[in-house]
Amino acid sequence: MKQKKPFIHPYIPNSAPSMKEEMLKVVGTSSIEDIYADIPENLRLRRSLNLPEPLLSEYELVRHIEGLLSKNKTTREYLSFLGAGCYQHHVPAVCDEINSRSEFLTAYAGEPYEDHGRFQALFEYESMMGELLNMEVVNVPTYDGYQAAATALRMAARITSRQQILTAGTIHPDRFSKILDYSRPDLIVEQLPYHRSSGLLDLDGLSQRISDRTAAVFIENPSYLGCIETQADQIASIAHAHGALCVVSVDPITLGVINPPVEYGADIVCGEIQSLGVHMYYGGGNGGFIATRDEEKFVMEFPSRLFGVASTVVEGEYGFGDVAYERTSFALREEGKEWVGTAAALWGITAGVYLALMGPQGMREIGAGILQRTRYAMKKIAQIPGVKVMFDQSHHFREFLVNFDDTGKKVSNVNKALLEHGIFGGKDVSQDFPDLGQSALYCVTEVHTQADIDGFVSVLKEVLQ
Amino acid sequence: MQPYFPERSSSKKRLGLIVNPVAGLGGRVGLKGSDGAEIQRKARLLGAVPEVEERVLRALEALLPMKGDLDLLTCPGEMGERAARRCGFEPFVTGSITPGATTAADTHRAAQSMADAQVDLLLFAGGDGTARDIYAAIGAVLPALGIPAGVKIHSAVFAINPRSAGELALEYLKSRAPRFREAEVVDLDEDAYRVGDGSTCLYGYLRVPFRRNLVQNQKVPTPGSEAVQAQAVAADFVESMQKGWLYILGPGTTIRAIAQLLGMPKTLVGVDAVSCEEMIALDASEHQLLELLEHWPAKIVVTPIGGQGFLLGRGNQQISPRVIHKVGKGNILVVSLIQKLNALRGRPLLVDTGDPVLDKTLTGYISVTTGHHEKVIYQVRS
Amino acid sequence: MSQPIRSKPALRRFHQARWDEPVIFELSQPGQRGILIPEEAGIENEVGDVVASLPAYLQRKAPARLPEMSQLHVLRHYDRLSQENLGVDLNIDVGQGTCTMKYSPKVNDQLVRSSKLADLHPLQDETTVQGILKVMYRLEQFLKEISGMDRFTLQAGSGSVAIYTNVSMIRAYHARRGEAGNRDEVITTIFSHPSNAACAKTAGYKIITLYPDEDGYPDLEALKAAVSERTAALLITNPEDTGIFNPKIEEFVRIVHLAGGLCSYDQANANGILGVTRAREAGFDLCHFNLHKTFSTPHGCGGPGAGASGVTNELAPFLPVPTVEYDGVRYYLDYNRPQSIGKIRPFYGVVPNLLRAYAWIMSLGADGLREVAEIAVLNNNYLMKKVLEIRGVSAPYAQGKHRIEQVRYSWEKLTEETGVHSEEIGYRAADFGTHYWTSHHPYIVPEPMTLEPTESYSKADLDEYAAILAHIADEAYTQPETIHTAPHNSTVHRIEHETFDDPQAWAVTWRAYLRKAAQK
Repeated sequence: MKQKKPFIHPYIPNSAPSMKEEMLKVVGTSSIEDIYADIPENLRLRRSLNLPEPLLSEYELVRHIEGLLSKNKTTREYLSFLGAGCYQHHVPAVCDEINSRSEFLTAYAGEPYEDHGRFQALFEYESMMGELLNMEVVNVPTYDGYQAAATALRMAARITSRQQILTAGTIHPDRFSKILDYSRPDLIVEQLPYHRSSGLLDLDGLSQRISDRTAAVFIENPSYLGCIETQADQIASIAHAHGALCVVSVDPITLGVINPPVEYGADIVCGEIQSLGVHMYYGGGNGGFIATRDEEKFVMEFPSRLFGVASTVVEGEYGFGDVAYERTSFALREEGKEWVGTAAALWGITAGVYLALMGPQGMREIGAGILQRTRYAMKKIAQIPGVKVMFDQSHHFREFLVNFDDTGKKVSNVNKALLEHGIFGGKDVSQDFPDLGQSALYCVTEVHTQADIDGFVSVLKEVLQ
Repeated sequence: MQPYFPERSSSKKRLGLIVNPVAGLGGRVGLKGSDGAEIQRKARLLGAVPEVEERVLRALEALLPMKGDLDLLTCPGEMGERAARRCGFEPFVTGSITPGATTAADTHRAAQSMADAQVDLLLFAGGDGTARDIYAAIGAVLPALGIPAGVKIHSAVFAINPRSAGELALEYLKSRAPRFREAEVVDLDEDAYRVGDGSTCLYGYLRVPFRRNLVQNQKVPTPGSEAVQAQAVAADFVESMQKGWLYILGPGTTIRAIAQLLGMPKTLVGVDAVSCEEMIALDASEHQLLELLEHWPAKIVVTPIGGQGFLLGRGNQQISPRVIHKVGKGNILVVSLIQKLNALRGRPLLVDTGDPVLDKTLTGYISVTTGHHEKVIYQVRS
Repeated sequence: MSQPIRSKPALRRFHQARWDEPVIFELSQPGQRGILIPEEAGIENEVGDVVASLPAYLQRKAPARLPEMSQLHVLRHYDRLSQENLGVDLNIDVGQGTCTMKYSPKVNDQLVRSSKLADLHPLQDETTVQGILKVMYRLEQFLKEISGMDRFTLQAGSGSVAIYTNVSMIRAYHARRGEAGNRDEVITTIFSHPSNAACAKTAGYKIITLYPDEDGYPDLEALKAAVSERTAALLITNPEDTGIFNPKIEEFVRIVHLAGGLCSYDQANANGILGVTRAREAGFDLCHFNLHKTFSTPHGCGGPGAGASGVTNELAPFLPVPTVEYDGVRYYLDYNRPQSIGKIRPFYGVVPNLLRAYAWIMSLGADGLREVAEIAVLNNNYLMKKVLEIRGVSAPYAQGKHRIEQVRYSWEKLTEETGVHSEEIGYRAADFGTHYWTSHHPYIVPEPMTLEPTESYSKADLDEYAAILAHIADEAYTQPETIHTAPHNSTVHRIEHETFDDPQAWAVTWRAYLRKAAQK
C-alpha cells in the first residue's frame, strides 16, 4: 500500500496520524482496513472516487460557491410577480436570527429535558397556528403543503372508511400530482368541474358526483388560480350531508382577515407555512401543517408528532412531550399510518417567531394590505388594451389570472420581453389549463408598492405594442 | 379475623399485596421449584432462606411517594404485613394464617379478599405457581402485577425486577388513563420438569399494567397498543379465510382477536374450530377435531405461548400429532404480536408435539403474521 | 440536592440554562408590535376596504389571539428557549445513533443565506438561475460516482421520502410490465430502518420482515423462504442499525433478482463506507442517501433534511419531474418525462441543503470522503472498546467483531441487576450536557443504546462521553435513586406524562390546555 500524505482536515479532528495510531492500539488492530474485513473483496472499491479536487481552504470554497451563485438573478434585483406555491413575503430579521441559532439549527431528536427548548418552541408554533385556525390540534410540521394535503386526505379516508376523494378542478396541478401518487393504490381521486366565468367550484357538479363512497371533498382557499372560494360553506354542507369530510387547504397568511375554514365547516385544515417567515430558497423552503378538532377520532389518525404540555414534579414548570404516543385506532381498510420522518421543524419554529412578531394586528394588516394590492393590480392591469383579467368578479387574494389571447401574444413571449425589463412575469398556466388560453398567474404581496405595480403596468403596455 | 377496610375514599387508590413467603425457596439450592410441602422441607434442610421479603421491600419503596394517597390491603405477617410495615406503610390487614406453614389455600383466600375489596391493583410476590394460584381463585377480575420472587418466572405477568414492579404500580395508580396488556399465566409441571419435560401449560391471562415507554424521540410512529396490533393481525387473517375450510384456533389472546372479529366466542386456553361463517366446535377435544377432519379441509392457527416460544407443545393436547398429520404441515398458520417474537431474543420458535419425526418435519422457516399485510419469517426448531 | 462527586476522570459540572420561561402567550402585552407592515395609502384610497367586500361569513370576526410583543421580547424569548436546547455545536452528540450527528460547517450555513439563493423564486426563467442549477446538476454527478448509480433525483425532503420515492418507482416499474397486481410483497429486515417497512406499506405493499440469524446478520435462508413470484422488491439498510455489514449482500440481491424483484439500498448508514463500497457493485437497482446525515446538512430540530434517490438507467424514466439536465451550454429543468411518477413535493427539492451537501463534498474531495469513512469507523470501534469496559453493558450480536459506524448496545445486565432502565440513563446523561437515543420501537435489543460517533468528534470527546456513561453506570449500582429522579441539572425536572395519553387531559395547543384546565 503506497504511503499517502496524511489528510488533515478541520472537519475531522482525529485525522492526525499520531491520534490514529493511538486509537488503533486501543481498538487492537494495526489498520483501519481490518475493520472493513467483513466486506467481501469484490465489493470493495479499489480506486479513489472520481470527484473534483477538493477546495481545502475555506476561502477557496467560498469563492467557488459565490462564483456559482453570482450567476443567479434574484427577486431583489428583478421585480417579480411569481407565486404559484412559493411566495415572496418579507422575512423578518428576527426569524433568520432565531433559525440560525446553532442550538436550534444543529439539534435533532433529544428528550424534552436537554432539548426542552425545541419542544416548547414547537408547542408554541402549534398553539399560535391553533389561534390563527381556531383549532385545538395542530401537528409538528410535515414536509410541505402538498404532503399535508395528501396526508389529510388519507386521514379522511381512514376516519370515514371510504375511498373516494373529490377535489376542486382549479387545484394546483403539482399538488394534485402528489395527492394522486400518494393515494395509490387505495384511494380514487377525481376533479370536479368549475365555472369558467367565476373560477369557483361547480356546486351542481359536486352534488352529482358526491355519494356515500366519498371520504372527503377537498378545496384550496384561495384556489391555485387565486380565487377566494365564496361557496365554501355550501361545499362543506354538501360534504357533510353525505357523510364526507370537508378538507380545506389554506395559506395561513390569509387568516388575519379571512375566516379560518373551521368556521365554515372544514373538518381538517391543511396548508403550507412558507409564507410565515421562510425565504423562498428557489422553492426549497417548505413546511406543511394539518389541523383538526381535539377529538380522539382525528388525533389518532395523525401520522405526525403532536407535542403537548404537561406539569413536572416541580410546581409551575412546563414539561412537554408526545401526545397520544401510541395510536390506538385501527382503520381496517385504509392501510398504514404512513411514517414520521425528518420534516420541517426548524420552519415550524420560524413560523412561530413570525406569528409572534406579527401579532393579531400584523396579521390583519398584512391580509388587508394584500387584498388591497391584489384588487388594485387587477384593476390596473385590466385597463391595458387587449389584456383581460380572468374571474374578475370573484374575490382574489394575492393571485389572479391575466389573459393575453386578445393581444395575439403568447405568455412565454410576453415573459421573455418582461425579463429584458428586469421583470419576472406571472407563471404560464397555458399548459396546465389549456381551455383558459394564454393565461399567466400573477402574484402580488405586501412587498409590492403602488409604484411597482404602476411601473409594471407601463412596461407591460409597452411590451404589448 | 374479619376483614377491616374503610369506606372507599374517592381520592385514595387501593393497592392489594399478597406475598408468597416460600417463593424462591427451592431455587437457590437447585431444586427447580418450590411447590409442595415436601419440596419446601427439603429446601430448608439444604439451608434455603426465603429472600422474597427483601424483594417486596424494593418494590414497595418505589410506591412511597404515593403513601398518603394509598390504602394498602394485605395479609398478616409474612404474607405481606411485615414487609409493608418495614417499608413504612400502615396497611389494612385481612384474614389469618399459620406462620411458617402457608399453602396455596391461603393465597386463594387472600386473592378472594382482594377481589371483594375491589382493589385497584393487586401486587403479588412469588413465581408462576403464585400467579397460577391467584388466577385459579379470582380469574382476571383484578388488574394484577407480579414482583418476581420465584424460581419459575415464565409467566408474562411479572415485572422484570422488583424495583420495576413498584415503579410500574406507581405509574399505573397515578395514571389518568391506565392501560393494560393481557399477560399469560403459564406454569410447568414441576415433576415433569425435573425429569426433563420442559413445555409450559397456559392457564389463563391476567390484566397487567402496561409500561408506557418514557422516551419521546420517535422517528417513526410507534405501533398501536397491543389490542390494536391484535386487531390488525385478526383483520389480515380474516381477509385470507376461505369458504368451506375449517380453522382450528389454538389458545392465546392474539387468536382470540380473530374470533372477536368473526363475532364468535373463544376458549382462551383451549382449542376452538370455526369456519368463516360460524362456530363449529367450542373447546374441542382431540377426538372431536379428528371427527371434524373427516368432513372438512382444515388449517391450524397457533401463536407462541410462554416465554420460551412454544408453538406446539405437549401442553397442547388437542392439537395432537394425529390432528397435525391430517391437516398437513403446509396448513399450519402462525400469528403473533411482534413483541412476542422480539422477546425470544433470537431464539427460535419451538415445537414439541410428542412425535419427534413430526417435529423434524415442522422445523425450518415459517411465516408469522404480525399485522395487517405484515409478516415475519422466523425459525422453528424442535 | 448535591451529589458526592467520586474520583473519576474529571466530569464537567454542567448545568443547562433554566429560564423558567413562560409559554409565549403569557408574555403578551396588549398593543405591542413586533414588526410593522408597509402601507400603501395610494392603493388603499383607490380600492377602499376590500375586506368588507368579502361575504360576511368569510371575514374573520375576532382577531386571532396571537401574543402581542415588542420585537426585543420575541427575540429574547426564543433566545432563551434556544439556550435550553443542545445541538451538535454544543454537545458530544454521539448518542443519537443512526442520525449521523456530524459537524455542519458554518461556512455552508453562511453560503445558503446568501440572497443569491434565498431570494430565488423557483419559477424564474432558467437563464436567471444557472448558478443554482449547476450546483444541483453537479451534486447529482457526485452522488452518481459515490454510489455507482446512473441517475439521481434530489427532490426528496428526507430519507424516508427518498425511500417512498424509490418504492413508488418500483411500483411504476412493475405496473409497466403488467405485474402490479402480482407483485404485492416487499421484503425487508428487522434491523433496517423502520421507514423501509412503513413507506412500502404506505405505498400499498404487504411487508415481509426477516429476522437475523444467531449472530445478528441478515439471514439468507430466511430470505429464500420469503422470496416468491409475488416479490416486488427487497428494501434493506446496510450496514444495519446494529452497525454490522452484511457480507452476503450481493447474494441477497441475486436471489431477489432471480425472483423478478428489484433491490433498493437504504444508505442512511453510508457514513462509514464512503469510497469503500458502493450500491452499484452489489447489484442494486435503487439506493438513497440522507443528506442531513452523511452529507452534513444540519438537522434543524427535526428538519428540513434532504434525501437523494439513485437509480439505474432502467428505472430512470420513472424519476419524479423535473430532472436537472445540461445540454453542454445551459442547465435546464426537464419536464418531458412521460413515465415519471409525477410530483412528490413542490418544486425541486430542499435546495439550501443541496447546496450544503455540494459544498461539503467540494471541501473534502475523494480522499476526504475516504478519510471521513475511516475515521468514523475508527471512532466507533474506539468508543466501543471504551464502552464495553463499563459494567452492565453489552454489544449483542457479532461477538468480538468490529462494527462499521455505529453500535447498538444493551444495558440489559445493568437493568437486571439494578432496576435502572436505559431511558433513565439517557435522562441522567442530560445532567452532563449530553444525551443518547435508545432505538426504534418496538425494541428488539432490550434496554438499548445506539451510539454513532461519526468523524467529527475528537478522541477527548469520546473519552469524555465514555466517562459519562461509566459514571452513570456506576451510580446505577451504588445510588440508583439519583438516576431514577434525573435529570437534576437540566432545564426542567421529571415530566408528569400521564396526561399525554388521556384524551380528557391532553393539550396540543395552549388554547386546548386553557380550556381543559378551566373545566376542572
